[in-house]
Amino acid sequence: MSDLPLSISGLTVAYQRKPVLWDIDIDIPPGSLVGVIGPNGAGKSTLLRACLGLIPVAAGEVRFFGQSYRQVDSRVAYVPQRESVDWDFPINAIDVVTMGLYRQIGWCRPVRKRHRETAREALQQVGLGELADRQINQLSGGQQQRVFLARALVQRADLYLMDEPLAAVDAATEQAIVGTLRSLRDAGKTAIVIHHDLPTVREYFDRVVLLNVRLLASGPVEEAFTDENLQQTYGGRLTLLDRATEAIARREIRT
Amino acid sequence: MIATSDWLWELDGWIVAAGVLCAVASSLVGNFLVLRRSSLLGDAISHAVLPGLAVAFLITGSRQSLPMFIGAVIVGILTAALTQGIRDSGKIDEGASMGVVFTTLFALGLVLIVRAADRVDLDPGCVLYGAIELTPLDTVPVGSLEVPRVVITLGVVSIINLAFVVVFFKELRLTSFDPALADAIGFRSQRLHYLLMTLVAVTAVASFESVGNILVVAMFVVPAATARLLTDRLGVMVGLSAVLAAAAAVIGHWSAITVPRWFGYTSTTTAGMMAVASGGLLVLAIVIGPRQGVLPRLYRRWRLAGMILRDDLLALLFRSQERRSESAPTAGLIRQALPVNRWRLRLALWNESRAGRIESVDGGYRLTPVGRLRASSLVRAHRLWEQYLVDRAGVTVDRIHQHAERFEHFADRDLRDQLERETEFPSSDPHGSPIPSEENRDNPSSG
Amino acid sequence: MNRYLLAEAWTRTLLLQDHNTRVVVIATTALGIAAGVIGSFTLLRRRALMGDALSHAMLPGIGLAFLAAPLIGWSEKSLPVLLAGACASGIVGTGTILFLRRYVRLNEDAVLGIVLSVFFGAGLAILGLVQQTSGGHAAGLESFIYGKTASITTTDAIGIGVTAVLTITFVGCLFKELTLLCFDEGFAAAKRFSTLGLDIGLMGMVIVITVVGLQAVGLILMIALLVIPASAARFWTTHVATMAWLSAAIAAVSCLVGALISASVPDLPSGAMIVLVAAAMFVVSISLGPQSGIFTRLADRRARLLPPPGVRRNPSAEDRVAGDRPEVGVGQTKDADRRYPGTAP
Repeated sequence: MSDLPLSISGLTVAYQRKPVLWDIDIDIPPGSLVGVIGPNGAGKSTLLRACLGLIPVAAGEVRFFGQSYRQVDSRVAYVPQRESVDWDFPINAIDVVTMGLYRQIGWCRPVRKRHRETAREALQQVGLGELADRQINQLSGGQQQRVFLARALVQRADLYLMDEPLAAVDAATEQAIVGTLRSLRDAGKTAIVIHHDLPTVREYFDRVVLLNVRLLASGPVEEAFTDENLQQTYGGRLTLLDRATEAIARREIRT
Repeated sequence: MIATSDWLWELDGWIVAAGVLCAVASSLVGNFLVLRRSSLLGDAISHAVLPGLAVAFLITGSRQSLPMFIGAVIVGILTAALTQGIRDSGKIDEGASMGVVFTTLFALGLVLIVRAADRVDLDPGCVLYGAIELTPLDTVPVGSLEVPRVVITLGVVSIINLAFVVVFFKELRLTSFDPALADAIGFRSQRLHYLLMTLVAVTAVASFESVGNILVVAMFVVPAATARLLTDRLGVMVGLSAVLAAAAAVIGHWSAITVPRWFGYTSTTTAGMMAVASGGLLVLAIVIGPRQGVLPRLYRRWRLAGMILRDDLLALLFRSQERRSESAPTAGLIRQALPVNRWRLRLALWNESRAGRIESVDGGYRLTPVGRLRASSLVRAHRLWEQYLVDRAGVTVDRIHQHAERFEHFADRDLRDQLERETEFPSSDPHGSPIPSEENRDNPSSG
Repeated sequence: MNRYLLAEAWTRTLLLQDHNTRVVVIATTALGIAAGVIGSFTLLRRRALMGDALSHAMLPGIGLAFLAAPLIGWSEKSLPVLLAGACASGIVGTGTILFLRRYVRLNEDAVLGIVLSVFFGAGLAILGLVQQTSGGHAAGLESFIYGKTASITTTDAIGIGVTAVLTITFVGCLFKELTLLCFDEGFAAAKRFSTLGLDIGLMGMVIVITVVGLQAVGLILMIALLVIPASAARFWTTHVATMAWLSAAIAAVSCLVGALISASVPDLPSGAMIVLVAAAMFVVSISLGPQSGIFTRLADRRARLLPPPGVRRNPSAEDRVAGDRPEVGVGQTKDADRRYPGTAP
């Protein structure tokens, strides 16, 4: 139990008292590639951000490797959505990748040559070795995404949380990222990836988490990724549950 | 500074009139600055117009207001245009672009004024901080009445702004909330943007010449932001901001001549106090605003907690009677089951007794028929929810209780019926407890 | 003044022979360096106008210090008391900004506008009282708004020098953390760097620099030093470190040249001249700078007839792919949404 890379129980996140995630239980076994699937507004990004303590949690518990995130943050790497940053920022690819090492380098200590070498290796791993010194706005969308992936790889983590790394990227990048994910899994690592493209789920992932505010299914692809579950995930929410939570929100916010 | 010992209508009346007009005119257009996230543009424009004033003065050689007014307005519009130009370079955000433009123009204005100091009697301090207190001294006759020139100017500006907001209301709403969409459906949001910028410049110039720039800057932003906290509807927001702005002006002037006396001074800057008053109204909105206010929220939470406690109390008594326990539970026993402090429980017991839902019998409490009716629907809702969560939401049995505890308080008759239908009319919940039927007045526990 | 005397005055000024000029030039240059370095980070954090709001927010503190100083037995014009007042009210202003942004549903620009105008209004109201005190016309207070560069004392200069050293130490020590904060706040928080702490540190440095700078160059011109050099540097480089140094250099040169011009030509206020020199360098930068400079963009367009002006320069358009992030048009809301993450309702 304590070896599970990620174990979520009873996680509830509310935004303005209205639940965005409702009573989520997920256990992720080690060495798996997990796709998180659900419609827009289903709380997929919220799930990752809540696990990492980036947004307040109303109830529930999240354990990484049986411990709290604070204790094992060096074993967890996070890839935010590409749109979340300004790609015009005056910085080049290798410096972005080095950011993955900042925690390890420590407060106030400078980045050294060996750190940059590690970063360069990670960039080579995602096929961007030659573009290390390019400013990030001179990279294509797919290359930018690969820079973010390299920033996660450089942390040599055991668990990777990725927010839509395959959204709007070119085919080459998609293959590169999927290849990287597979080699991570083969090395016994775990990756949890928010994914939008249903047709590729079976090909890319071992397990899926189907999410729409509440958890619809979580398990191996062949068991959980069924038409019935998908229908439930995308075919609208439980109306009564929604009505009740709305009534709660109304009562708590207005009179 | 006028050392008024009392409120003199012929002085203070006009000062307040000027303040109110300035505040209303600014807040009307200010709404759209706040919504477009360019709140600081008013501040930028009112600093940047300095060179416009100076150049107009140097060209015409007079302090007549019209040329200076035009000069200032032109530079004001230029500020908005330059800001956008720099922003469009893609490297610098709007705030910084504004900062570059207005500080530069201000510096240019300062240099022009100082260079021409021998010919110009233009005190930047006076330009920027105005002297609303001097309003009543410069009047023009209107009919039989001597009306201050400032009041007439600001009145005209207010009417123009009002007309602008009314005439272009639809377009303003569209461009404020989604300029990209406005462009996409073929509406020229740029043109409206510059019209708005022109009015902002006109308002800023007309106001600070007479009442000082700090008042305009405050009135562009603060009343609109306050109104934004109180409503989601644009029409209401615009109207409310104008009312708040006018109120701030009146309160501001009143406190400028009253408050300092508490500390042994005479009076202080009216424009400054008007800005402070608008801030005070914002604080008031944050604290007691009906929707988002801190106190109303606390109160609602407190009342809700009370309601939930009373519900829990009824349900507890119901379950106790359901188990056919011999003695009615005492306050002490209840407190073991419901973790609340003694006073809250006492209040709840008192409330429910007064409402005739519970009665006390030999030291304990028990439900009256009225109380039983309410309790039965609560327990019914609780158990139906448990059934629903297991049936439909796939929640495990060990978890359902805590959720049902929360939901039971928010299930009206309609929702209960629907729960029953969706769970296919169960007779007992997943724990095996019977589900009371609806509105069973006689003996709900004998199910 | 005849021609000979004028020439001599020029020589004295330019060679910094005059003690007074020397102090002024050195002090403003040091101030420029500090403001330039911190300014580049506030610019990248998209909080360039923070300095605007905070410097306005200092006025009530200055006024209150002026009123309170005699009560605790200090002279009302004693500089440490006034500076302490300015600092205290700057901190209250910062707290208000952080509070409003976090707990009240308002956008960042509105929050800055509110703090700026309400605090400044309060300041003016308090100054209205100050003018009635026996200390009389608070000539010293005017200088906080317009600056009195010409009369910077050696003590002021030392204060500014210390601030500059402090700034460079602060940025030198936290360079990579500040860069991370400005580039990717979410990642910084996920890696458990205290983003709130870093933000407070950054704002604290803005307060310190503004407090010492207000005296020297005045309020508006202080804002200019925090914004213009950093904005100009943005057009020349693709590295944060280079940008910070360049910004410091541009600010230092502006201060040096501006102060010298002002010292040698009569009737040119030094604060304003510094800003105008900085603005001139900004114009050069936005026109000629290799990063999105106007001429660079024009040359680019002519060379490849690809992106029209206003669209991000993109030398590697060939390896961009279809389906890439579309450019946001004139739409301000969309831009603004990206600009102030976390403040959207």
